[in-house]
Amino acid sequence: MKHLTEEELVQHYYKDEDDAAASDTHLRECSTCREEFEKLSTTLDATSAFEVPERDEKYGEEVWNRIRAHLPEQEPRRWFAWPQTRRWVAAGVMAGLLIAAFLLGRVSKPTSLTGPTDIAQKDAGREKKVLLVALGDHLDRSQMILVELTHASHTDDLDISSEQERAEELLAANRLYRQAAVRSGDADVAAVLDELERVLTEVAHEPSKLDGAELQAMQQRIEAKGILFKVRVIGSKVRGDEQRPEKQGTPAPKTARQTT
Amino acid sequence: MQSEDVAYIRQVQAGDRDAFRALVERHSRTVFRVAFRVVGNEEDAEEIVQETFMRGYKAIGSFESRSNFSTWLCRIAINCSLDLIAQRKPTQPLSGVDAEGEEFELQVPSTDPSPERRMLSTEVKARVTTAMAQLTPVERTAFVLRHFEGRSIEEISSVLNIRGGAAKNTIFRAVQKLRRVLEPMGRAAL
Repeated sequence: MKHLTEEELVQHYYKDEDDAAASDTHLRECSTCREEFEKLSTTLDATSAFEVPERDEKYGEEVWNRIRAHLPEQEPRRWFAWPQTRRWVAAGVMAGLLIAAFLLGRVSKPTSLTGPTDIAQKDAGREKKVLLVALGDHLDRSQMILVELTHASHTDDLDISSEQERAEELLAANRLYRQAAVRSGDADVAAVLDELERVLTEVAHEPSKLDGAELQAMQQRIEAKGILFKVRVIGSKVRGDEQRPEKQGTPAPKTARQTT
Repeated sequence: MQSEDVAYIRQVQAGDRDAFRALVERHSRTVFRVAFRVVGNEEDAEEIVQETFMRGYKAIGSFESRSNFSTWLCRIAINCSLDLIAQRKPTQPLSGVDAEGEEFELQVPSTDPSPERRMLSTEVKARVTTAMAQLTPVERTAFVLRHFEGRSIEEISSVLNIRGGAAKNTIFRAVQKLRRVLEPMGRAAL
């Protein structure tokens, strides 16, 4: 008799398996698997000890009172908010951002500017903000690929052709962002983009079908570099910079840490 | 519930800021619960609740009514949580073992315990908290969404931007890690 694997038992616990009836039948007939399933269930049930502090019915009102003063006016939805149009606009904007990133990288200098160059500085600040938004998006998309690959099951063969296509697309943009980061003197971002570029190149040039051992080897190489974590940290930094106002204006909402 | 959400969302999209209040009131507790389970402490969870609604408000113009607002908001909360973990990780590891190799106990929330909960041993609570802290942020998120929130594999895939197979595998890894920490305690203790 073929026993249920641990993975199948977990899927049975959550009712995520394709053939629940077959698992039920097997568990009725096989005392070994039944015992293993009971052990698993007891453990998972015990995690209910991980309690969440109660929040009463007025909690929503409290949250609203904390954030309401900091919400900007909402622009009414316009024609470009419709999904089909938005996709085309997004494609155009992305192309524009890449060109802006490229140009920014070419014209920006790490030296400080004074006097009549104030206007140029302000423009550069705005351009940098645009670049940060695009870079944040780029890092999110890269992260998505890495998460998919590092969490794929290596018990079966895997077709990674769609990840490879996306990695190829991201590579071109990555080079531009890296060059822009180098020229603007942001060494941390440049270093992570450099590592990311190597990983994306590696992904793009693997065979499109990997067996379990090849996939596991690739996952280990990615994990050894810690690139996923680095991309996430830089992504957070970029988003933080992106949200930071150029001038002091309305203060940000107080966080729980600040209020206590 | 979803259709009522849609009505409020349309009002907000039309420029009625106060309509957002209803959405905050309806979903705050869920967002707090998810955030707390992912980040593991109350203070950070509070910060994430605020950040989630701020980001949600700014992005609500792009919300499409065929989506589920709760799932959409959950995705934002998860992103905020993972961002916070990534920012904190270098100085505040979400691990059950400190730099000296000693186990440390993350905050176990103080609530008014029911009689059954009072009977649950402190050791089990501490072990579960420690076991949860040993999961990677993505494993922890996938496990929280499947185990505590009862979200489907499709929803989890959508929230984490991974394929269904990868989501199932992530949950499986999380369960394996939890078992390794909790099962040595023995069934009697659990």
